[in-house]
Amino acid sequence: MNFDYTEEQTLLDNMVTSFVRDNYDWDTRCNIVKSEEGWKEENWKQFAELGLLGVPFDEAYGGLGGKSADLMIVMEQFGKGLVVEPYLPTVILAGGLISKLGSEGQKNSIIPEIISGNIRCAFAYAEPQSRFDLNDVKTSAALNGNDYVLNGFKSVVFGAGMASHLIISARTEGEQRSESGITLFIVDTKSEGLTLQNYPTIDEYRASEVIIENLKVSKDNVLGKINMAYDAIEEIVDISTIAACSEAVGILQVLKDSTTEYCKNRKQFGQSIAKNQVIQHRLVDMMIEYEQAKSILYMAVTADLSNSDERRKAVSAAKARIGKAIKFVGESAIQLHGGMGVVDEYMVSHYFKRATMIGVLFGNTDYHMKRYMTLTQSGISSSDEAISVSVT
Amino acid sequence: MDTAFSSEDLKFQSEIRDFIKTNYPQELRDSINSKRKLGKELSREDLTAWHKILGKHNGWSAPSWPKQYGGAEFTPTQKYIFEQECAKAECQYIMPFGINMVGPVIYTFGNEEQKAQHLPGILSGEVFWCQGYSEPGSGSDLASLKTSAVKEGDHYIINGQKTWTTMAQYADWIFCLVRTNPDAEKPQQGISFLLIDMKTPGVTVRPIKLMDGSHEVNETWFDNVKVPVENLIGQENMGWTYAKFLLAHERSGIAGVARSKKAIERIKQIASSEMSYGEPLIQDPAFKAKIAAAELELSALEYTELRTLAKDSAGKGPGPESSLLKIKGTDIQQAVTELAMEAVGYYANPHLGTTLSNEYVGPDYATNLSGTYFNFRKASIYGGSNEIQRNIIAKMVLGL
Repeated sequence: MNFDYTEEQTLLDNMVTSFVRDNYDWDTRCNIVKSEEGWKEENWKQFAELGLLGVPFDEAYGGLGGKSADLMIVMEQFGKGLVVEPYLPTVILAGGLISKLGSEGQKNSIIPEIISGNIRCAFAYAEPQSRFDLNDVKTSAALNGNDYVLNGFKSVVFGAGMASHLIISARTEGEQRSESGITLFIVDTKSEGLTLQNYPTIDEYRASEVIIENLKVSKDNVLGKINMAYDAIEEIVDISTIAACSEAVGILQVLKDSTTEYCKNRKQFGQSIAKNQVIQHRLVDMMIEYEQAKSILYMAVTADLSNSDERRKAVSAAKARIGKAIKFVGESAIQLHGGMGVVDEYMVSHYFKRATMIGVLFGNTDYHMKRYMTLTQSGISSSDEAISVSVT
Repeated sequence: MDTAFSSEDLKFQSEIRDFIKTNYPQELRDSINSKRKLGKELSREDLTAWHKILGKHNGWSAPSWPKQYGGAEFTPTQKYIFEQECAKAECQYIMPFGINMVGPVIYTFGNEEQKAQHLPGILSGEVFWCQGYSEPGSGSDLASLKTSAVKEGDHYIINGQKTWTTMAQYADWIFCLVRTNPDAEKPQQGISFLLIDMKTPGVTVRPIKLMDGSHEVNETWFDNVKVPVENLIGQENMGWTYAKFLLAHERSGIAGVARSKKAIERIKQIASSEMSYGEPLIQDPAFKAKIAAAELELSALEYTELRTLAKDSAGKGPGPESSLLKIKGTDIQQAVTELAMEAVGYYANPHLGTTLSNEYVGPDYATNLSGTYFNFRKASIYGGSNEIQRNIIAKMVLGL
């Protein structure tokens, strides 16, 4: 049992930490999020040079063959810097689906392009009615000769505006909520029949509504087997959820540390407000919530993710628990910063907003709580056996 | 990062399992179960029988102690496995006062004679220890303690009163914080750490009944008690240092993770038998959500504990993180005892095992669950209240 990083992981951690330190100071970040594009291509090139874009990919395609723990390291440091470049949508979400389902041809043509930083991708799955249910897909794909014709609407697609390619989930068969009958398509974002309505998010990332009208997609651009995409979608979204949790833990650390510093420095009634026990205990509870969030993230990262039941359970446990920590640490950080907490100018509100939106991403606390309960409590039978020892 | 058990760990796990299976006495299990059910006091034999068995087996009664003092010197992973297996098998827990508290103080700060005199009895479970820290006027503000020790020749004369002395009714020895210098500049500087034989004339123990009717704690009075100076640990007036060492020393198990896990398992069983709205209570969305919330918290705490243990084994030494384990661990213990009581509905009411009725009523599993809930309000108060633990973290970790 150990929670230490390997030598390679320590190098990775140091590398991302120095990237954030050297390239992502607060003013720089403010300029990036205010820019037309909402990200900085130069940073992306640097990710490629540092090898970050290849972390989870198989070595056969030029990747580093990293695991969840490696992605955790990257995402935690990105969280600390509120890095807005579309790493999660491109590398983990879309990249994960291509690695999982792609043909040799698709993998050979796309993965090296992602790793070298030439292209970015996004995954369009959510729909206005689907909320967090990955199986709820109305967007349709009908075969017409050698092409599929897609029609439908995809909601809040992160990073779509920066992407050259979208992966779109569409229904090729079955009822709207059926797990079978879902197929994935890889499409060029410039395709006719695809309209992107780009917008900034409240936490200064970028997303798009994607309108799909008679979009023709060649059979060759089907990703994986027809009708059979659901399991892979669930798995890759689970892996991405761990990544999002890692980002959140990085953010929570900044919120906790910066709030502690702020309270030490802020003086009222002639003394530092951190001299008040009521403030001290709130700060301690923030620390405890942060540690508990980090611990359950470690639980998920070290779980046997190749076992789908264990993976589902671990991911939902982590997301639900970290969601609770986000709320407490985030709201406490704002409260303890007082007026400085509610202004746009000071950085704490930005960390709070990002953490809160991660709380929603891939399903909120209630959603994952319910999934966790379904997974852990359905197997209990009503038992007649005598239970004779007291509880403690 | 790796939390999988190695093949050696797995071998160790099955060794522990087999040992418990073969050596944990059924009559002890029966005796404890029937007393617990009726809210009856456990005997000294109930509390020490398992300790004595472990004491005869490779120092297993003292998982953390170094081998040179007869302990098992388990690795953190082994300690974790050992606790898990003991909790799963519902073994009686080992009283902490000797093994976890005074033992490490003696082998760290005591002299050779003290080690030779006391460590074997602690290890074997033959000698029963209790703790003399709190006083009526010194709870959270422990350093204000007044019990005085005045040196007269080769003895200290002790006068004063200790309180909340857990299981003093069975104790052979007590380790005490006493005031040897009432004029010290800071109250912490005038305190010494003294070992006192409970049979010394002038020591009186009076029971304090807790709200569930149980007798766990006592008042212990000292009236001109003569204690040989050889019983002083370390240096005079340095007791506060040893006391702090003791508080931070034993972190493994402080959170009670393994026992809370077992308790949740049991609540799920109870809730499968109890009916609500015509369905098993376990199906009730509100109840189910509370169980799940407790499980998540416990799962996070388990990894917090593992992270702490791993850090210890890397030689980074114990620190104020034990306060975090104490706060969260007791939070969960209280949540779990409440859920258990809640699960049995009306059968939270009967108070059995009093002089008024020895009748046994209601489902087997329901007995005394409310007593346990009421009893466990103590958990966030003892060992430094959870508010004091927050003060410790604020000062030691956050630097406030």
